Amino acid sequence: MKELSLHILDLVQNSLRAEAKCIQISVKDSVSEDVLEITIADDGYGMDAALLARVTEPFVTTRTTRKMGMGIPLFQMAAEQTGGSLSIESTPGQGTTIRGIFARAHIDTPPLGDMVETLVTLVQGAPDVDFLYRYETDTQTLTFDTREIREILEDVPLNAPDVLHWIRGHLQEQEASIENEMR
Amino acid sequence: MAKSIEELRAIREKMRDQIDLRHKDENNIRVVVGMATCGIAAGARPVLNAFTEETRKRNLTNVTVGQTGCIGLCQHEPIVEVFEPGKEKVTYVAMTPDKVARVVLEHLVNRNVVAEYTVGSLDTLK
Repeated sequence: MKELSLHILDLVQNSLRAEAKCIQISVKDSVSEDVLEITIADDGYGMDAALLARVTEPFVTTRTTRKMGMGIPLFQMAAEQTGGSLSIESTPGQGTTIRGIFARAHIDTPPLGDMVETLVTLVQGAPDVDFLYRYETDTQTLTFDTREIREILEDVPLNAPDVLHWIRGHLQEQEASIENEMR
Repeated sequence: MAKSIEELRAIREKMRDQIDLRHKDENNIRVVVGMATCGIAAGARPVLNAFTEETRKRNLTNVTVGQTGCIGLCQHEPIVEVFEPGKEKVTYVAMTPDKVARVVLEHLVNRNVVAEYTVGSLDTLK
């Protein structure tokens, strides 16, 4: 994966398959601590200790069509290559939290990439699921919460084409204001 | 932000009208993009978003765009399947946002399959 935002898009598919209703994605992007930390916390059906112990193996999957699951191992490899680490906590019936820590300045740390496109893609594919996104630098914070948008939209689905277009514009505006203040 | 929220409310009103239309249209086309690890790594994200943007710009309210898991031809991702009522499924392989623009115009609007992008055009499968 060329961007961490693509890993995020991929890892959230696991949360969706676990029938999560609310998925929190947090990115801590800190120059002062030299850390890029990605956390995905869901309220899906979680994993028991036996599956949890095996999910970082590449040929473990709950899918029945073929015996291959590369998402978590790829993310773990990417984090460990930079001297970082991966951790997963899960409680059956309550949810799963996966966290990857990268050394921000390490040459092998991929760029965060286009989080706007990842969020738009997630909302497009799972309009009934709530996504909470938080991006935090040393001085700035960006937040996005589909529950606020849902409240305004009432019965209109979040993946209506014009709504997705609005979400993209809204997120791009927020990203731009953060970048301007950082300069 | 206040202006932005007003825009969102306006979209809500517009969409309510369109949803009524959609139910009446028996000519619906479904486009599905493979969005598993293999698809995402190969570039499915910009392909999916190109489909939603192109169909929005052309106001193709009869087209729904969806996502699916691994289709099983990982080396040919990004893969897109097009389902038209009463017709055989069309599978496009190695898609890019540029190819999407052409598929939307020629296939979704003009109803001509772009044969050179389909799985049937692959030498290895002939």
